[in-house]
Amino acid sequence: MKRFMYVIPFLVLVIVGGFSVKQLYRVQSGETVDKLPSVLINREIPEFELAPIQGRDRGWGSKDLLGQVTIVNIFGSWCVACQAEHPFLVKIQKEKLVPIYGIDWREKKPDAGPKWLARYGDPYTLVGDDPKSEAAIAFGVTGAPESFIVDKKGVIRYKQIGPINPTVWEETLWPLIQKLQGEPA
Amino acid sequence: MRGLLFGLMLSIALPFGAQAVEPDEILRDPALEERAREVGKQLRCVVCQNQAIDDSNAELARDMRILVRDRITKGDSNQQVIDYMVDRYGDFVLLDPPFKASTLVLWGGPGAIALFGVLAVVMLFRRRKTGGVDEVGQVVTGEQAKPLSDEERRRLDDLLKDNDA
Repeated sequence: MKRFMYVIPFLVLVIVGGFSVKQLYRVQSGETVDKLPSVLINREIPEFELAPIQGRDRGWGSKDLLGQVTIVNIFGSWCVACQAEHPFLVKIQKEKLVPIYGIDWREKKPDAGPKWLARYGDPYTLVGDDPKSEAAIAFGVTGAPESFIVDKKGVIRYKQIGPINPTVWEETLWPLIQKLQGEPA
Repeated sequence: MRGLLFGLMLSIALPFGAQAVEPDEILRDPALEERAREVGKQLRCVVCQNQAIDDSNAELARDMRILVRDRITKGDSNQQVIDYMVDRYGDFVLLDPPFKASTLVLWGGPGAIALFGVLAVVMLFRRRKTGGVDEVGQVVTGEQAKPLSDEERRRLDDLLKDNDA
């Protein structure tokens, strides 16, 4: 009994250490990210209606997504990581793989978003203006870029925190989108 | 001297007074604003992660404060506003996470570890108390320590008597 007592601290150390190493390894291998899980997964998209960005005549709202698999992408002209992600979104749009709906988040000037899209290309089917974070908060967004994969019934099936890159696309997003496109509306 | 005292008091008071709520956000109705502050204190700024939205200068925190005020003005109760945020950001958005199965380790962990420590200390002291020194002066623990023999007790009494005299 007494001997066992001496072993306890080491046992605790090994268990805690083991979990730490495992988690670190998982983060490093990209299996999981050290970020907050979204509580919105498998729930219907929040209800909202966004005004168009300057120079366009149509914004978009929750209803526009129904009946098709879509990517909802939150971006801003101020966001450096969005710029890094952007060429890949343009490529997705050119190959007509899946429609992308944009939420132009928190622009300081109303013409900043449109100018940015004119310069780097516009991969979005529709873009909505979200200067006051209404849609961003409704989607539980903590930073840009973030993307949501929404199925035909308007249910959020995946949340991508940070830029979409070829690796994430090939390994996770594209297979999921193809699967969802096969589901009945 | 007085200036120094004032400075000291100010330096103590300032950190508590730090508020990020900007003048243009404040509601006209002080009762509603009071409630907005109550809610704002409980919600975590999801950008900076260890500050309430009321204390954070992050832009998203500002938008959250405005949203809180918007919903309160439209007639939501404090709890409804908080529920709205939890619905979107999860329990994480609460600075004081609720006690439930998934947060059991979070709440119970420190207590369990402290209890374990106290237990270990108590056991250590009890062992020390009942322990003693054997015939050749070696320290022994509780179970092995022998009581004084009659001869030893008599000698001890004599010595103590000598001391008194």
